[in-house]
Order: sequence, then structure tokens, then C-alpha cells
Amino acid sequence: MSKNTVSDRFRKVDVDEYDENKFVDEEEGGENQQGPDEAEVDSLIRQGNLMGALQAVLKNPPINTKNQNVKDRAEGLVLKVLSSFKSTDIEKGVQSLDKNGVDLLMKYIYKGFERPSENSSAVLLQWHEKALSAGGVGCIVRVLTARKTV
Amino acid sequence: MSYHSFLLEPISCHAWNKDRTQIALCPNNHEVHIYKKDGSNWNKIHVLKEHNGQVTGIDWAPESNRIVTCGTDRNAYVWTLKGDAWKPTLVILRINRAARCVKWSPKENKFAVGSGSRLISVCYFEQDNDWWVCKHIKKPIRSTILCLDWHPNNVLLAAGSCDFKCRIFSAYIKEVEEKPAPTAWGSKMPFGEVMFESTGTAGWVHGVCFSDSGNRVAWASHDSTVAVAEGGKTAVCASLTSETLPLLCVTFITENSLVAAGHDCYPVLFVYDSNKAALSFGGKLDIPKQSAQKGMSARERFQNLDKKATTDSKEAVLESVHKNSISQISILNGGKAQCAKFCTTGMDGGMTIWDVKTLESAMKDLKIV
Repeated sequence: MSKNTVSDRFRKVDVDEYDENKFVDEEEGGENQQGPDEAEVDSLIRQGNLMGALQAVLKNPPINTKNQNVKDRAEGLVLKVLSSFKSTDIEKGVQSLDKNGVDLLMKYIYKGFERPSENSSAVLLQWHEKALSAGGVGCIVRVLTARKTV
Repeated sequence: MSYHSFLLEPISCHAWNKDRTQIALCPNNHEVHIYKKDGSNWNKIHVLKEHNGQVTGIDWAPESNRIVTCGTDRNAYVWTLKGDAWKPTLVILRINRAARCVKWSPKENKFAVGSGSRLISVCYFEQDNDWWVCKHIKKPIRSTILCLDWHPNNVLLAAGSCDFKCRIFSAYIKEVEEKPAPTAWGSKMPFGEVMFESTGTAGWVHGVCFSDSGNRVAWASHDSTVAVAEGGKTAVCASLTSETLPLLCVTFITENSLVAAGHDCYPVLFVYDSNKAALSFGGKLDIPKQSAQKGMSARERFQNLDKKATTDSKEAVLESVHKNSISQISILNGGKAQCAKFCTTGMDGGMTIWDVKTLESAMKDLKIV
């Protein structure tokens, strides 16, 4: 059999980088987004005020920032709040959110699905069911089509 | 409302003639079929074969009785009826990707074609050369143009694109018309000028529509939202997120009400309140047949619980008239100001004609303002 002696490094070139018509998203100032306030959320959880913790953790979502750490931290915090809810209270928690809140919650839920840990998927699935009945499939479509997400 | 199943394949696009006795549609291939209504039947009277690729857009000019078609073969043809046959004239669009949508202007002296080449071709007839010529609108479009609609002043053109924006361009061609009067969207309208660009939409804009006065434009996008913008010193935008699957087509039926339809297979009504600049959901416009409620035996309940972990007796059967996504909606009677009938075609190969009065009386809370 003949052996290929010419270099095949060209196969590893990312041609999309050189495409002059490549679509680049608009840059929106995301440097100041720090994500939800960790101290505030922690204190609310300790006080047992889970509704308040839910509202607090959904504030200031790090949507526009490019800093992956901020996003990971926010996701971890949200997961903590969601796991501390009792199963029967989940529905009330979802009802307390407005439309944008439900959309944001769904974004965090799907982000949580991406990296499952010990018990996270079970908790997230319960939240997913309640969020789906509140937001409908349109809510999930918005998670899928969002260019900038948590 | 009446439903007629034309084909088993999707209807790619359709257009009606002036008196609504004939419909031209593309049966998901390279041809255009024209059907004529005969009592309650539809007979195929013409087959227009010229395109080498799927026909993606058809528009039938009511006054001059010309049909313009565009397709994935990067061409557009203008068809005129000579005697008993439709004769095509090729229009060179100078695009290197498929054409996606085409619309005659209100005065029928030009038409616009949206394409995957990230530009809009505005075509007009040059008398001296006896030939259709086109001009391109390129900036600042960054992706495929999916849908177009003309403003009643014959100059402004709304375009929805895959770069998540709905824009209003000026398509003023000095060879065929005079300078237009100022409108709510601006007064200076050189060719290609962007009069309005939407912000905040996150999905591809599938359908766009001007209201009858031209002061409002509505668009439906792939992130399951509908939005209306009203022209003025600063354009006022109102958008509504919906809980359903994305909508593919939208049209005004009065100055304040819109009907939209899409992947959920039924048309939906939206109402725009200009005082509050808010859009609200008006109601689902499909009247499903009441399926007989079968009682569930205990055995069925256990089976459902075992298989699907739920005791719901809902079967996966679509109750709407259309059995697949609705891709296009067109006004039949009454214009966009006082629509009395509209028509939807979809991927199930069927066409439904909806009567607004019947819908209003059948659904108690429906109010079309």
C-alpha cells in the first residue's frame, strides 16, 4: 500500500476562522455582571426563606459575561437553592416567578443537566416538570435559541 | 372553515388570484400547479414548469394578473397569461444562493426577492431594454432573508432575516416612481436606507407583516415570540413571549389584531394595544372536533402508569385541522384592515379557509378589535 508522505495538518485548520462572512454576535458589555450575590443567597437559605433565596439567586444572571468562572459559580449557587427546596414546595416556587423568571430558571435547569452530579438530575427534573407547566414548550424553545445564555 | 387536502407532501408556498377562484401552489418540487375552484372541487388547470430547483416563493399580482416565482435554482420568473397558457420571463437576480421569498409591490411595478445570499433583490421592468433589472440591498444584512412585506406606499420593504433582526428598508427606485411622502418610519428614503432595525429578538425571523396603514410592523421569530413595532419619532416595540412552539407566519387582520400560525398547527390571535404599547394573546383559533371521551378501564390506567408514568388519557393525536406545521397564511377577503377570510397552507399538504365571523361567534371570549 502506498504511504501518504505529504503533511495532513491542513485537516486540523478551522476554516470558519478565515471566513470573512462569518457571523459574529454583537458585543454587549458583560464585564460588570457578577452573577447572583453569594452571601445574600446563603443567608436566605440558612434562614429557611427559600422563596426569597430563589428570587435572589435569579437576580443578575451572568448572561453577557465571557468569564466562565462567574457562570460556573452562578450555576452552582442556583443548584444549591433548587436542591434545598422540598418537593411539595417546588410548584409554589415556580408560581412566584414572572415570565422572564421562568425562562431564566429553565436556562439554569438545562445548564445543570449538562454537568450532572450526585443527585442533581433528579432534583432538576422535578423543577423542569413544574417550570414546563408554567412556561410551556415556548420556554424551552427560548433556551435552545438563546445566543447568550447563563 | 373548510379544509381541502391537496397533496400528501408539504405545500411550499401558495398565492391566490384576484377573485380568489384560482390558487397557485408549489407541491414541494420544481413546478407550480394552478388549481381552479369548481363548486366544491379543485381542478388542476395549469402546470408551470421552468424552475430547476424547488419553488420557494410565489406571488400573484391581482391587477396585472402576473405571477412571480422564485426558487432554489437562484432564478425568478415572471409569468404572464397569453391566451390559455402561462409564459415565463427569466429575471436575473445576480445571487449565488437560493431565493427564499418573493413579493410584488402594491403598485405591481416592482417585486422584491429575499435570498440566502444575504441580500434583497429589488426588480423592476426597464422599458428600453424590455428586460427585468434588479438592484441589491446588501448592508447591513448578515444572513438569509426569510420573509418580506411591502409598505402600502410602494417604497418601504420589511424584511425578516436569519441574523435575528427585522428591518425596514427603503426600496425606492427612481426609474419607476416619484419621491415618496414622509411616513411614520422617516422622511428621507434613499434606496437601501435602513428605516428601522429591531433589537432584542433572539431567533430567526420567520414572518413579517405591515399593518394596513403601514404604521405598524409585526414579526414572528423562532424564539417563540411575536413582536409589533409602531413607527414614530422613536419606534415603539412591544413583544410577547408565547408558550407554544415557534410561529412561522403572521398577518394583520385589522389594525390592532394579528393572526399567526406555525409549528403548533393552529392559528392564534394576538391583540395589540397601542395605548399601553403591549401585545397580548387573544386566543387559539382552531375549533377541534370533540372526540368521544372513552372511559378508561383499570387495566388501561395501570398500563399507562407503567409505560408513561402518568394516568393521563391524552393520546398523541393532533386535534387541530392542520395535521402538520402551517407555513403560510394569506388574506382572502377584506384586506389587512377588515379581514373577513384568511387561508393557511401547511406541511400536511392541506389548505384551510378560515372565516373570521364564524370564529368570532364560535369562541366566546374572542374579540377582534
